[in-house]
Amino acid sequence: MSSEIATSIPREDEREGTVRRPWRALAVQLLGPLTILGGLVWAVAQPYRIVLLDRAGQGIYDYLFQAPLLVVLVGLAFTVLIAPGLVEDLEVEEQRDPTA
Amino acid sequence: MIPRPETAHWFAAAVSLLIGLLLVSEAIVGTEVFRRRAWRAYLFPSVVVVSSVGLWVITVFSTFSTMHLLAHAVWAQAALVAGAVELAIVRGKLRSPNWSLVPAFALLASGFAFLVHEPNTWLYSRSAFLHHAIGWMLVVVSIFPLLQALRPRQVAWRAGFALTFVLLAVLLFADRDAAPIFGRFGAGGP
Repeated sequence: MSSEIATSIPREDEREGTVRRPWRALAVQLLGPLTILGGLVWAVAQPYRIVLLDRAGQGIYDYLFQAPLLVVLVGLAFTVLIAPGLVEDLEVEEQRDPTA
Repeated sequence: MIPRPETAHWFAAAVSLLIGLLLVSEAIVGTEVFRRRAWRAYLFPSVVVVSSVGLWVITVFSTFSTMHLLAHAVWAQAALVAGAVELAIVRGKLRSPNWSLVPAFALLASGFAFLVHEPNTWLYSRSAFLHHAIGWMLVVVSIFPLLQALRPRQVAWRAGFALTFVLLAVLLFADRDAAPIFGRFGAGGP
């Protein structure tokens, strides 16, 4: 049979959508969501820390700096701005050196 | 228009949490991968330098107490020096691992500043408790950058230094100007 027709069967781990996620990439990807989760749990545990829910007698700084929301904001910033590029670079590094 | 101390502490906690996440992720992926993009390499030292400028602003407003003024000045200067050294390391101007002694000294000085400027005992209030806890914590964890200078390839010291900032963020977020130490369960406070 012509080799132009009979090509090799693609390996299982090379198929689209089954990209290997080593623990380091997973750990970096989890840092942000876990931080966001921490902030949300804190907000539920202490709702009086959220000024939007209890507006009486609050000033401008109380609206700007609501501690649980700051935690969520930091987690969100890390998830959106830092983690994707870091995971991308890590995967490039691991493809270049699989023992890394 | 000057914010309450607890508000300033929460903002500092958010910055500390961001620094902690950056350093933890660097400890996970390794310095080489982390510094592959220039903006990411410069992020940590830049945040520290900008924080030092913020601390100088707080120092300017700390005229209510000489000890507070001196303590805030020490933190501002320590952060500025540590940030500047880290910038020079990233830039390639400084190469020796011994430069890790600078953040070690900065943490130690900051810890002593916390302890010295708190006039009340541990159980007086939550704020007093946290000042003592943060002060001693910073004194103890200054061992991590010190060990980094001696054994720079050991990941444990880097991870310890990174988690220092996460722990600092937790303690700063717990600060209230007037509250019992452990909320409704606790002793102390007005």
